[in-house]
Amino acid sequence: MAAIETFYDVMRRQGITRRSFMKYCSLTASALGLGPAFVPKIAHAMETKPRTPVIWVHGLECTCCSESFIRSAHPLAKDVVLSMISLDYDDTLMAAAGHQAEAALEDTIEKYKGNYILAVEGNPPLNEDGMYCIIGGKPFVEQLRHAAEHAKAIISWGACASYGCVQAAKPNPTRATPVHKVIIDKPIIKVPGCPPIAEVMTGVITYMLTFDRLPELDRQGRPAMFYGQRIHDKCYRRPHFDAGQFVEAWDDDNARKGYCLYKMGCKGPTTYNACSTVRWNEGVSFPIQSGHGCIGCSEDGFWDQGSFYNRVTDLTQFGVEKNADQVGMAAAGVVGAGVAVHAAVSALKAAQKKSQSQPSKEEV
Amino acid sequence: MVVQTPNGFNLDTSGKRIVVDPVTRIEGHMRCEVNVDDEGYIRNAVSTGTMWRGLEVILKGRDPRDAWAFTERICGVCTGTHALTSVRAVEDALGITIPENANSIRNIMQLNLEIHDHIVHFYHLHALDWVNPVNALRADPKATSELQQAVSPSHPLSSPGYFRDVQNRLKQFVESGQLGLFKNGYWDNPAYLLPPEADLMATTHYLEALDLQKEVVKIHTIFGGKNPHPNWLVGGVPCPINVHSTGAVGAINMERLNHVSSIIDKCIEFNKNVYLPDVVAIGGFYKNWLYGGGLSSQSVLAYGDIPENANDFSPEQLHLPRGAIINGDLTTVHDVDVRDPEQIQEFVDHSWYEYAEKGKGLHPWDGETQAKFELGPNLKGTRTNIEEIDEGAKYSWIKAPRWRGNAMEVGPLARYIVGYAKGHEDITEQVTGLLRTMDLPVEALFSTLGRTAARALEAEYCGRLQKHFFDKLVTNIKNGDESTANVAKWDPKTWPKEAKGVGMTEAPRGALGHWVRIKDGRIENYQCVVPTTWNGSPRDSQGNIGAFEASLMNTKMERPEEPVEILRTLHSFDPCLACSTHVMSPDGDELTTVKIR
Repeated sequence: MAAIETFYDVMRRQGITRRSFMKYCSLTASALGLGPAFVPKIAHAMETKPRTPVIWVHGLECTCCSESFIRSAHPLAKDVVLSMISLDYDDTLMAAAGHQAEAALEDTIEKYKGNYILAVEGNPPLNEDGMYCIIGGKPFVEQLRHAAEHAKAIISWGACASYGCVQAAKPNPTRATPVHKVIIDKPIIKVPGCPPIAEVMTGVITYMLTFDRLPELDRQGRPAMFYGQRIHDKCYRRPHFDAGQFVEAWDDDNARKGYCLYKMGCKGPTTYNACSTVRWNEGVSFPIQSGHGCIGCSEDGFWDQGSFYNRVTDLTQFGVEKNADQVGMAAAGVVGAGVAVHAAVSALKAAQKKSQSQPSKEEV
Repeated sequence: MVVQTPNGFNLDTSGKRIVVDPVTRIEGHMRCEVNVDDEGYIRNAVSTGTMWRGLEVILKGRDPRDAWAFTERICGVCTGTHALTSVRAVEDALGITIPENANSIRNIMQLNLEIHDHIVHFYHLHALDWVNPVNALRADPKATSELQQAVSPSHPLSSPGYFRDVQNRLKQFVESGQLGLFKNGYWDNPAYLLPPEADLMATTHYLEALDLQKEVVKIHTIFGGKNPHPNWLVGGVPCPINVHSTGAVGAINMERLNHVSSIIDKCIEFNKNVYLPDVVAIGGFYKNWLYGGGLSSQSVLAYGDIPENANDFSPEQLHLPRGAIINGDLTTVHDVDVRDPEQIQEFVDHSWYEYAEKGKGLHPWDGETQAKFELGPNLKGTRTNIEEIDEGAKYSWIKAPRWRGNAMEVGPLARYIVGYAKGHEDITEQVTGLLRTMDLPVEALFSTLGRTAARALEAEYCGRLQKHFFDKLVTNIKNGDESTANVAKWDPKTWPKEAKGVGMTEAPRGALGHWVRIKDGRIENYQCVVPTTWNGSPRDSQGNIGAFEASLMNTKMERPEEPVEILRTLHSFDPCLACSTHVMSPDGDELTTVKIR
């Protein structure tokens, strides 16, 4: 068995020129929001780091995370799979099945103990001895524990692995349980969303390969670089919110003008994700741009927060909802003053909300 | 001992038992066991759905306008199709009609999914059953280029240099020793029949298709904001149209329409230049491997989809046909009524659920189920370490739906057989054209290969339909209609106290139905019967085997310990296990914890 080769080796062997390689590094740097100073650092990392084996397991899920992953435009999914990582087990895409698939898993664990990344899509159900999800005749939770034991780090893809998602919505009949409540002795990076944005998924992997360390995580274990701000903070329709210009009914004149969807239940004000900046499918759009409010799919327990069409109610304690109506009415008159006051209040209250809500979520 | 099933299959369990778990390159989790005789022929087949999520339990007590989002998460591969079925079910229950533009946009999104899903299925889930990427290393790039130009003269990517580059990349990948997804594949199995040049061409298209599919879905992104899992709306579609005035940048405007149009053209090009020619070329080398017909020659079912006009689901108005064929009689296509309690019923005698009355079949509106995980006396292994399952008892998380008591196959092949039998113009033309090109009789349709070919034909047809509905949308806008949503009954106060409805679609994998009961503005009961529930069904109370099981019967395995043939045939259905195995109606004790919000 040959030693693990470096990412740079692989790229060069594939006929990629040094010049193209450096261009790739600089694109990676800008994709990660890093300045030009980081380009040589990325290049150095790529030249010296081995291709990291990845084991990708699937519990109770709908495979939307895998589907999202293959939508990645920069880097392309084919380049990730052929050149950046070695995807040694993934039951959705691998050629082998049954015993040969299980052998591939065992072989990878044995050969790369402590050096592989475990990517988890979906979650284990714990009711019925775990037999609501069976792999190789056994409960999925056993495969998860087994693969986790020698993993270097774990990526919890999507809302299922991070928080439980739809099968864990009340009453959670299978007791679907997020990964961090089953595996407690490994570093876990949560990449929530239903699904996460493709370039966020490949961005997280690329970051880990490039810098050989976990990304900076917030208190919930999410990469701060992609989940540090609310959709509302960077929404291109935010000026309409601040000006009190709201969609009042589906397909009304205001909807056709692209006004704010807050009154239609948009969860952008309470949802931490990169949708309004990175956007979806190579930046083509994101839910709000296509006329529907955010449903908050990257937040813990978003299925159980009332209808997707109810206004965000836990903002009322800060007076935002009241303000929205008042400013809406006042807008025709003194827009300028209302905007300034309202914007300031929102910013202040947002900061309060962030600091107040996070510790409680940690305790879950 | 040989047992004959009522639907005509002779099951013999005396041969060697082969277990495949996990079945890979599918959506979700599945297990398959077969008995193989001394000659290597499969004489008994057992398919087990190995996951359950209980989404209907979770839906109880929720706002019906939210149901599309929950049911959309049944499956992220056929993303959107459950959402569409759900909004149709709720609209049916509440008597909500949708604007013409919403019908066109929904059709474009649904057709877009069919195309995307079929392409990804063929290249990324199914191709490795026919194509050997390792053998591609032996190909002559120049000969590959000639092959490409012969099978598809208008595909621009066909130079010897292009294939040489791909081959080099593949060579270095294989030589690295880190085979990744190709690890432990069955690359020296004699079941692979392609010459190296065809292997190289198809492997190259595996990569091309991977690049293309991320473009295809952008239609979902434009209308629904993201993919996977775009957004939908009861009463229409959420994206407003504004092509003339101030604020158009926040709506479907000229730039958005142009973007959609260019993607539609890309789909048509790819299907014409790559997908269909590949299926014909690859199929040509396997045309003597006509195993896998299963139920397709006797009983197939389609609900129909893609209504030409908004709110009209009568069969003659649907572009994808509706109908049922039983007993192999193609001269009679029965109409299908999903509201009739006598037509569609689900059985659980061999599924991990229980009914109050044993052996009974229940219509989805009256579904009654409780999960019950128990294994039969002939199990080998333990409760949490199943070595060999006992199919004489309960053995799957999938229920057994039946149409008038018959086990049915659904999916692209079922749709195409129904369409062919009904004389559907486009479908008949495609089918006869393909059979002529490949010099095959019509019976060849009833096979694994037929299933795979029907999917490719359907992708091509859906590409044309996508364009049709785009033109229709633009014409309607030109005529002054920009409406996309009907909000007259958006407010729950306008709803009746009690209502029930049903929504139907043709998902990529086949007939999909959602049945909903609404009471006091909340979901009282929600049931889904999905394509893989039909195809992956276990035995029923009469002993009829399901479509997966039937399709594996009497297939010759080159090497029984290497399940190439089993994968090939199972994959031809494009199994979707997360879809099939979430079904449970709300009778369990757990429900006491549901609170009306």
